[in-house]
Amino acid sequence: MIDDIRRIAADASDRIAAAATLDELGGLDRELLGKTSELSGFKRRMGELDHEGKREVGSALNAAQESLRFAVASRRDQLAAVARREQAEAERLDLTEVRAGRDAGHLHLVTQAIEELEDVFVGLGFTVAEGPEVEDDWHNFTALNFGQYHPARDMQDTFFVGLGGPREVVMRTHTSPVQIRVMESQKPPIYSVMPGRVYRNEATDATHLAVFHQLECLVVDRGITFGHLAGTIDMFTKAYFGPGWTSRLRPSYFPFTEPSAEFDLQRPDGSWLELGGCGMVHPNVLANCGIDPEEFSGFAFGFGLDRLAATKHGVTDLRELASTDVRFLEQF
Amino acid sequence: MKVLSTWLHEFLDAEVSPEVIADAFDDLGTPVEEEVRLGEGLAGIEVVRVVGLRPHPNADKIQLVDVDRGDGEALQICCGAFNMAVGDHIPLATLGTVMPGGMKIERRKLRGEWSNGMLCSARELGLNEDHEGIFILEPTTVPGTPLADALGIDPDVLWELEVNPNRPDAMSVVGLARDVAAKVGVGFVAPAPPVAAGPGEPVGWGATGSGGAAGAALSDGGAFTVDVAATDGCGRFVARVLRGLDPTATSPAWMQHRLTELGMRPISALVDISNYVMLEQGTPNHPYDMAKVAGSTLRVRWASAGEQLVTLDDVTRTFTADDLLICDGDDRAVGIAGIMGGAACEIGPETTDVLLELAWFDPTAISRSSRRLGLRSEASARFEKGCDPAALDVAADRFCQLAAEICGATTEPAQVDVRGALPDRPPVRVRTARVNALLGTDLSAARIGELLEPIGFRAEPVGDDHDVSIPTWRFDSATEIDVVEEVGRHHGYRNIANRELTEPRTGHLTDAQQQRRGVRRLLCGLGLAEALPLPFLAPGQLADAGLDPTGIELVNPLVAEESVLRTALLPGLVAAVARNHARRQLGVGLWEIGHVFLPPPPDQLLPDEREHVAVVLAGREAPAAVEVWQILADHLRLADPAVRNADLPGLHPTRGGQVTVAGEAVGIVGEIDPAVLDRHDVAERVAYLEVDLGRLYDAPRRSQAYRQISRFPASDIDLAFEVPDAVSAIAVERTLAGGDELVWSVRLFDVYRGPPVADGSRSLAFAVRLQALDRTLTDAEVAEVRTRLVALVESTHGASLRG
Repeated sequence: MIDDIRRIAADASDRIAAAATLDELGGLDRELLGKTSELSGFKRRMGELDHEGKREVGSALNAAQESLRFAVASRRDQLAAVARREQAEAERLDLTEVRAGRDAGHLHLVTQAIEELEDVFVGLGFTVAEGPEVEDDWHNFTALNFGQYHPARDMQDTFFVGLGGPREVVMRTHTSPVQIRVMESQKPPIYSVMPGRVYRNEATDATHLAVFHQLECLVVDRGITFGHLAGTIDMFTKAYFGPGWTSRLRPSYFPFTEPSAEFDLQRPDGSWLELGGCGMVHPNVLANCGIDPEEFSGFAFGFGLDRLAATKHGVTDLRELASTDVRFLEQF
Repeated sequence: MKVLSTWLHEFLDAEVSPEVIADAFDDLGTPVEEEVRLGEGLAGIEVVRVVGLRPHPNADKIQLVDVDRGDGEALQICCGAFNMAVGDHIPLATLGTVMPGGMKIERRKLRGEWSNGMLCSARELGLNEDHEGIFILEPTTVPGTPLADALGIDPDVLWELEVNPNRPDAMSVVGLARDVAAKVGVGFVAPAPPVAAGPGEPVGWGATGSGGAAGAALSDGGAFTVDVAATDGCGRFVARVLRGLDPTATSPAWMQHRLTELGMRPISALVDISNYVMLEQGTPNHPYDMAKVAGSTLRVRWASAGEQLVTLDDVTRTFTADDLLICDGDDRAVGIAGIMGGAACEIGPETTDVLLELAWFDPTAISRSSRRLGLRSEASARFEKGCDPAALDVAADRFCQLAAEICGATTEPAQVDVRGALPDRPPVRVRTARVNALLGTDLSAARIGELLEPIGFRAEPVGDDHDVSIPTWRFDSATEIDVVEEVGRHHGYRNIANRELTEPRTGHLTDAQQQRRGVRRLLCGLGLAEALPLPFLAPGQLADAGLDPTGIELVNPLVAEESVLRTALLPGLVAAVARNHARRQLGVGLWEIGHVFLPPPPDQLLPDEREHVAVVLAGREAPAAVEVWQILADHLRLADPAVRNADLPGLHPTRGGQVTVAGEAVGIVGEIDPAVLDRHDVAERVAYLEVDLGRLYDAPRRSQAYRQISRFPASDIDLAFEVPDAVSAIAVERTLAGGDELVWSVRLFDVYRGPPVADGSRSLAFAVRLQALDRTLTDAEVAEVRTRLVALVESTHGASLRG
């Protein structure tokens, strides 16, 4: 009987090993190890045996069944691995053929410059203020100490807007009217920067735009000096451009600041970049905004952004900045 | 303003190097825009005479020129120019000369013929821009002499300076010299020409002045008269008479050279003297041909409206009552005060007697007239900054001195000096503490005085402060702050130490600014590109975009195509799509955040200016734009964002609508109107979203409170309803979401139109997930909720559950 068991088991083991598919293996599992299998038949016939015989046959039967179960499991693993491999082959992908249907999008390079500059100034302790692009004469000129026939008005070619009286409403020629709006609505201390779009009625070419962007910085507090103006410009210069950069101030003229200056930046290679204008807020401007110029003093500086942004990317024609061609926009 | 080093040095008591002067100009607020070293590069250039012209045997474009250097020898030069003739005097760069461009002239062969130097054009010598041919010299020049000698060119430096409106003094050589002398520490030599005429008896003398007429007798028994009627426009009027001018006199070469270098054309001896005095002294002046001035009288009065005058440039000018005129004894206009003379009394080749005007006109009056007439002159540029009323005498003497030297004129000893209203300029109290508090310096009162004195600001100590008299040549300065600037300028900005801001403060972006940045990042994240088209539109562009055609207009646009303020971002972005489309760039996705300008609200002057965000998706249909809106609304956590179908301007009639927050319309969404796309030659569908971003910043938000998640399994039910087309899918979804507290989420997963669904209705299928926080829902509970939800939707929306 034991020999029969061993012969059957050996035969079964061969058949399991030869099973070609998981289905076939399942059939063999039922046939060879199920309740109706030949080996199970031995279990029923064990009653005929004595104690010793039962023990020996039972032991052989268990061993045979155990080894067959193991064989089925191993064969199943083998066949499953083969099947997975076939499946995997069938669904092979070449990842080098993949292209994203879209990209991460594009922030306009002027917007990038505005955000970078805002971040630098926020880091230096400033808030960001904004105002309208269409302004009245008061905010764009008069409150800024431009007399009605002041020659300085000629320095700024103005787009006049067909609202109100003649020359009463303008496209703002600078971001300085936002200074007025801030000072009219807020008591010192004021530490603000004002980025924005500005308009000049002058013919455009590769280096001049009629519509462009400025950022200006306003500080009004007790004890603010020209030294603070120079120090703040220098700190901003190093924070935005890099530690190797320095700044200098040269006398100039703006109706709304006095003393006034131009400020130039010196690159690490020694060359100069003329950036913008600055000065101590004119006492008349403070007074126009209801701030006592004897108690408070302040400074302001401002500069154009577009050339900075363009230069950073080697854009030589500023007119490109208004381009809506995706070949331009998608580069940044 | 341009200035020559030699001219400047006439008013300095020591030689100052060009480098030091240029640095001083930069530090004084009159920065050097351009520097030209004159007479440099002329070393080695000689006058030669052409003695022979022969064709080059081997070249068509070169000829052989034989020249004589004054030694009678013929020297052969190869030359590519053909504009000279035998006998002409021309410049030769001799062997060994280094040209201004750095090229060294050597003996060399050109196509087999020797060339012993180079013949030069004016441009090659840096003399002017003429490069048409070889520079033909005056026949009076002598062959063999250095060109610099022949042309009378001394080495000099020409600076072109930027002069700001607050520096009237910098519009003259004298004023620049005074400022530079103070900065570099040399002495200023004030001009002191011999006094040519007596002071006369001033009329209306005093701060306010009464004006009026005054006359002076002439040596021949005649008289001349000045009548200042417009005392508010003319603060001082000095007149002199010069007689016996030689009409054939010409101004000397040195004067012509200086005028030319400073940008003025030599015209005649008298005109050149007039300009020379203006440039040097900063005092515009006007010589009239006395024979043509009726009654030998000059009268200053306001124009009457509509009055006309032909000015020197032969243009007929028409005036208003705001224009100041100079008239003659017949009250006929002979010039626009301070701007330009009239043609009638112009100096001519027959002029022998001159009536000379020097005056101080009100800067505002001149500026106003000059702007209104669109007429700028060297004179008006000076008057409108404010000339020096005290300098008239010296300038008149200088004029008389030069006229005597050059034209042999004699000056009548009497002059007329009439005064109107001159600005009242009391001394200004300048507080030492204030100066230091504004500049951040630690200057002593004495030092402040020392800085001011050399530029004519006389500082009288008062305790630790000063009373400062502002010089008459600084019309711009009137208050303490103006003096503070002068102190800073002459102390030197670079000598003011940098200081750090120490006030404790926190920098931050406002909530709206942070939201704007979030929206930018979101739109980039959708793979879209930001565009910043101009906010100006062409007339008709709003209409072409299907919008209300009225926009606010610019009064003075650069070009008509950019003359209307946009009322929406739509026209600019449609045009952007069209431009890309025309370049075969299809399917572009762009966005913009920018201002739009709506008509002013009632009683407001300024436009209703708003910040919009817009997204344009070429090649996409309306749902793509709706999705962007939903993502945007979700990003901003807007409360109750929705879409409402509507036929709106600019949008596709059946594929557009409003976007709303809490029921309020805040923008538009859908597809661009096919008619608009047709007009723009766009053949793709274009999805579009434009929202009033400013309104979103403070629109209601949905709750940010945490919604507890159940640990028990959820139950999902699908409900498909037949819903009339008139009912918004969003409304049905909201009804389900709010229909029972056990509803966790509702998702529209299928829309179907067609049989068996009735016409005018569609099937909307929703997946509803139910769950409770404290238990697993029983089948009975789920069924109960389902029944309730179905009943609610059916009763609320006239819908019916599909079987």
